[in-house]
Amino acid sequence: MLLQKLSEATGVSGNEEPVRALLLEAVRGLADECRIDTMGNMIVLRRGTGGSPLRVMVAAHMDEIGLMITQIEDNGVLHFAKVGGIDDRLLPAKPVLIGPRKVNGVVTFKPVHLTEKGERDTVVSWKQLCIDIGAASRAEAEKLVQKGDTAVFATDYCELDTAAGGWRTVAGKAFDDRAGCAVVAELLEDRYPFDLYAVFTVQEEVGLRGARTAAFSVKPDCGIAVDCTGANETPKKKDLSPSTRLGEGPAITIRDNSFIADPRLVDLFFSTGSRLGIPCQSKMPNVGGTDAGAIHMTHEGVPSITMAVPCRYIHAPKGILSLRDFENTVRLGREALRRLPETMKQ
Amino acid sequence: MKEIIRKLTGICGPSGSEGPVRESIRAEVQRILAGKAKGTELRTDAMGNLIVTRHGSPSGLKVMLAAHMDEIGVVVTHVDEKGFCRFANVGGVRATALWGSRVLFTGGAVGVIGLEKLEDPSRVPGLDRFYIDTGIVGKADCRVKVGDVGCFLRDYAEMGRLITAKALDDRIGCAILLQALDELKDSPHEISFVFTVQEEVGLRGATTSAFGVEPNLAIAVDVTGTGDTPEAHPMSVRVGSGAAIKVKDGGMLAHVGVKDWLVRTAEAGGIPYQLEVLEGGTTDATSIQTSRAGVPAGVLSVPCRYVHSPSEVVDCGDAEAVVRILTAGLSRGIQL
Repeated sequence: MLLQKLSEATGVSGNEEPVRALLLEAVRGLADECRIDTMGNMIVLRRGTGGSPLRVMVAAHMDEIGLMITQIEDNGVLHFAKVGGIDDRLLPAKPVLIGPRKVNGVVTFKPVHLTEKGERDTVVSWKQLCIDIGAASRAEAEKLVQKGDTAVFATDYCELDTAAGGWRTVAGKAFDDRAGCAVVAELLEDRYPFDLYAVFTVQEEVGLRGARTAAFSVKPDCGIAVDCTGANETPKKKDLSPSTRLGEGPAITIRDNSFIADPRLVDLFFSTGSRLGIPCQSKMPNVGGTDAGAIHMTHEGVPSITMAVPCRYIHAPKGILSLRDFENTVRLGREALRRLPETMKQ
Repeated sequence: MKEIIRKLTGICGPSGSEGPVRESIRAEVQRILAGKAKGTELRTDAMGNLIVTRHGSPSGLKVMLAAHMDEIGVVVTHVDEKGFCRFANVGGVRATALWGSRVLFTGGAVGVIGLEKLEDPSRVPGLDRFYIDTGIVGKADCRVKVGDVGCFLRDYAEMGRLITAKALDDRIGCAILLQALDELKDSPHEISFVFTVQEEVGLRGATTSAFGVEPNLAIAVDVTGTGDTPEAHPMSVRVGSGAAIKVKDGGMLAHVGVKDWLVRTAEAGGIPYQLEVLEGGTTDATSIQTSRAGVPAGVLSVPCRYVHSPSEVVDCGDAEAVVRILTAGLSRGIQL
């Protein structure tokens, strides 16, 4: 399954090649044109059936959050920096895979026996942590890794709830945004009235960088980012928003920190969902940002929206999403795209 | 000018929902142009910016004037089981101005901002401790839904020489552009009066409209802070002391040539002005300045007390000084 392969591939921002190779293989037969731009974005053209002059850009980012090796100590342990948004509380004792050879390592951690009273109540900064690859010296370590190598959480994809009629949940890393990449790959199987530019972007997690340059060259009339967004459903004392919920279908962004969605497109997605009985939900406003933030500011402005697969525990070693939500995201995306030319005439 | 300021500040137009402001300004532009010679175009771009372009002569520059239509406000993030709305900020909303404020949603609903019981009332709470009470008794009755936006509800009032209203930031800039459009007679320049969107959430409308207009001189018209209130942060700008010509703010250094040209224009016309150095905050000019290959840009500001509160305070005389600098400066050739 494509989602599993994409989830298990390594592709920290700036090192998206393994993900791009998988996607190229997946969409090769569907592409009328395919090119990789200077930044590393893969731009796939699926020609329209001729009914609409629009140019539509659908974007999903290939990169994931991770770590980068910055320095190798004499004793063989590795210093690192964070790439993208990672909560320091997640790091200690986590298994990681480093560099193209996927060298095994563990983020350092002091065992419970050796911690002082009170120490366990504080968060250890990433600056005080290292990665241990079990090497005895710098020379030994340098045989396995080098400065600038990136590391990902070592996480296998697995199925959770497989019962028929259930959520069909799966767990894995980097669903943000390999789930979006897999959705876009499926959207490419159809033809639409307009030319569809499916863009698999780079460097989203470090500042929407790939989408900015890709949108400049595609110059679309409309932009749709397909992403994966957090669902925070752990029980809370107060009646507050979980941002999104698993099982309630794709999450539509009305506004976030990076952009305000075009109201016509918001209406298109919700009305398509309700007309066809595809569940969908609003994402809590003012949280996060997506490639749509870069796309909508391109040239003289591009009406844009974001549609996302809800996922628990994003930007962490193992997230959980529902394949039912995933499939509903594909359905909603496909149906909304079919209705898009009518919407954009308004 | 007071009548148009009253009218524009009375409209609800938080960032991303500027439609009613745009329609009101469009009607005003059409009224102004009705009595004038042809040669002016109106268009709304993909982001919602309203661009009014007056044709010039080949010897003139391509000038962009920008004032933003949007105002700060709130966006609903959650409706709880009892029907109370949690919310987040649209632009720079200050918690100290919230408790007891009223909100007008773009759909017409009205709400009052309430606050949870605080463990430590001496500390300013975060926005997450506030909620909006829309006067209903359960989630099912709530007319407001997640993603809905609203502005603060506060009437315009005159107090001595000064006026107070919500959203003077930056409807006063819009009023100034309209006044300048009305008063400017002959000009060698092609001038685009751009009423921008989404300034308060990141200068977004100015970014795309500057790309489209491709000016070779730009002036943003906006409000700025003052240092003339009790125990204020030190700042030499005062309400009532004339148009503020920006030297620098938190996002830009004004183009020296533009700043000097504005100063020369004010001095030649005997128009009251003051120089402005603002430590925090910025304007549309910041994004216009770095559009394409770069644009010489400056800012004319109206000094304003209590910026981003529901009761902003300005002196209309300062706004009139800005209009005079614009019309005097743009009516002849410009040497930077």
